[in-house]
Amino acid sequence: MIKAILARLKQGHRTTTYPDQPATLPERFRGYPELNATVCPPDCRVCADLCPVGAIGCGGKLSIDLGKCLFCPDCAEMCPHGGITHTTDPRLAVNRREDLVVAAGEERRLAQALEKKMLSLFGRSLKFRSVVAGGCNACEADTNVLSTIGWDIGRFGLQFVASPRHADGLWVTGPVTENMREALMLTYEAIPAPKIVVACGACAINGGPFIGSPAAHDGVEGLLPVDLYIPGCPPHPITILDGLLRLLDRME
Amino acid sequence: MNRPYRMLQNGEAVPRREIPELSLERFQQELLGGIEDGWRVVSYFGAAEGNAVRLYAVLSEKMEGVLGVMTALATAREIPTLTPYAPQLHLFEREIAEQFGLVIEDHPWFKPVRFAPPLATPLGASAGKTPKIGLMDFYRVEGTEIHEVAVGPVHAGIIEPGHFRFQCFGEEVLHLEISLGYQHRAVERLVQGPLTAVTRKRMETVAGDTTIGHGTAHTMVVEALGGGRVPARAQAIRAVALELERLANHTGDLGAISGDVGYLPTASFCGRIRGDFLNLTAELCGNRFGRDLVVPGGVAFDVSGDLAGKMAGRLQKAFDDVANAVDLLWETPSVMARLEGTGVVSGETALEIGMVGPAARASGLNRDIRRDHPFGIYAMSHIPVETARAGDVYARTLVRWLEVEKSVEFIQEQLTHLPGVAFQYPAGAIAGDSLAVALTEGWRGEICHVGITDERGGFARYKITDPSFHNWTGLAMALREGQISDFPLCNKSFNLSYCGFDL
Repeated sequence: MIKAILARLKQGHRTTTYPDQPATLPERFRGYPELNATVCPPDCRVCADLCPVGAIGCGGKLSIDLGKCLFCPDCAEMCPHGGITHTTDPRLAVNRREDLVVAAGEERRLAQALEKKMLSLFGRSLKFRSVVAGGCNACEADTNVLSTIGWDIGRFGLQFVASPRHADGLWVTGPVTENMREALMLTYEAIPAPKIVVACGACAINGGPFIGSPAAHDGVEGLLPVDLYIPGCPPHPITILDGLLRLLDRME
Repeated sequence: MNRPYRMLQNGEAVPRREIPELSLERFQQELLGGIEDGWRVVSYFGAAEGNAVRLYAVLSEKMEGVLGVMTALATAREIPTLTPYAPQLHLFEREIAEQFGLVIEDHPWFKPVRFAPPLATPLGASAGKTPKIGLMDFYRVEGTEIHEVAVGPVHAGIIEPGHFRFQCFGEEVLHLEISLGYQHRAVERLVQGPLTAVTRKRMETVAGDTTIGHGTAHTMVVEALGGGRVPARAQAIRAVALELERLANHTGDLGAISGDVGYLPTASFCGRIRGDFLNLTAELCGNRFGRDLVVPGGVAFDVSGDLAGKMAGRLQKAFDDVANAVDLLWETPSVMARLEGTGVVSGETALEIGMVGPAARASGLNRDIRRDHPFGIYAMSHIPVETARAGDVYARTLVRWLEVEKSVEFIQEQLTHLPGVAFQYPAGAIAGDSLAVALTEGWRGEICHVGITDERGGFARYKITDPSFHNWTGLAMALREGQISDFPLCNKSFNLSYCGFDL
């Protein structure tokens, strides 16, 4: 017993200081992309052609669909003109699918709070039921980590619960495999209304690396109404936490 | 010992014409004969060829450190089973049947593997269509006092989906049947054809918690077929990343095992410390899971002297924390009482069903690809293999802890002596009509990728074998005659991959 107490003292208090203090991320972390279309020569399609998942649009306007983006270094590395750079800014979550498309020269959009009635219901207590529908266990791991003492999302009234009957929302990861489609839909139905849906990670949003798989559905689009899109492959825990806190109007 | 296999090394490619083609009967004899002589099947799969299915077997002989490959053509829809003589083949045979519409005659457990449509049906479509997921004849124990417990596909936590069917007599589990396939994303089908920009991304997410393990195996296949060299510095960085992956997952498992016996201090501490190891991987390449670090020809990011020093310091700190947290387990009698004697898989069973990785080593099997078929820097820099005897949850916990110690030492050594300067050489063009085998030792155990190219250098067939493919049966065996309430603990002590199995 005494050893357990000594260990407790040694391990100390290590819960993240986010959102009270800004997040510190590794130098090489790839977050929100900065686009500079002014350097693009006419007819150059280098980045769009090499993007493994077709997330980059060019021709007229340079844009990246963060819903498809795997946040890999390929485009920034291969652009001979430096048109794309990744910042270490992890704030990426949004409410609408179209808000995920980042275009050069356009205003940045971040997730907005739930509308008033939903906020009064869920603002201080929001419980999720997770369904993994083809996820590779990376989105799952970085969602799971939020419940550890390193992140302690319980302090915001957020919790992942064991039954859809106890939940206010559905948390989807994975590209929605055909073999999980029914279980996903049944879980959604089992959650009492009003309810929200979070699509966590590139797979759940648009299929991720498995875009176009004959055995999956390119994510939840068209299957479920989504309230929060959290991009990334997988999203960093900070990205997830930031999105949730914005949804709950906890960010200044 | 004299087998008609084409011998090759881990990470080597051979022209397809050099692979000995045997009659189906002889092929099966040589497969069984090899197993009797101590060879182990690391992969056994089919590929469509004209109006037939070509069978490939890849075997490992650890004393000599060689791999052997042979092939045969199955021209009839029915082939006789080998499972009764070599249980380690049972799932491989079922997989071949499901992927190519074959019937394995007299297979004792002929059931769906992933409930997925076939890759091809060169011998004609099978009678029924693909069964609906989860619908199959589960093994049932009869008796008035027997009850059945069905769990999943959706589980209580944030866990991948799978279905577990228990046959119970009171609290005692007489039999557990595990039915998977819910995560099936058609990975092997998607990899077929020419290598494209998205191929590697898919290989890194076969099992996303094993990005480095699978990513390295795939890259080794590409490099073997491309004939290019990899700088020593890159090999060292890859190994650092692979061991960091092991550290993060082993630490998470040690915490989760502790949580499942209700001992919260270690569970809480390890839950956090796991993140320290993931963050070190993010220092390497920007991503906590190691995405886009391992690329054909080397690694995409170098490690400067400054970064190596910084990482070494943080690694030591994280290790001190995890040592402090895990030490509590061994000191707490109520924890030991729950771990010891729970979920036993005997050495004989483990050997028979072909288990791999820490779970096999916990049952006394001394096998580890890093030593038996060393790849990359492991050929120069050795890492001790840790085993235990009891085959229970305690042994699986202990082996993990011993591996944590060894991995930390290994990484520290690598970071102090990163060789050379170059970290990436150009990758060569993929050779046509070849077969390449790559094995790595991921944190769950042996990962096997086999790439077979067509005449133009596209993948005609790509076979992935995750360690979970070998080990799920081990979990079912661990539960036999155990308490159903021990299932979460046993499950955690294996912590197998669903998506890695489902592909």
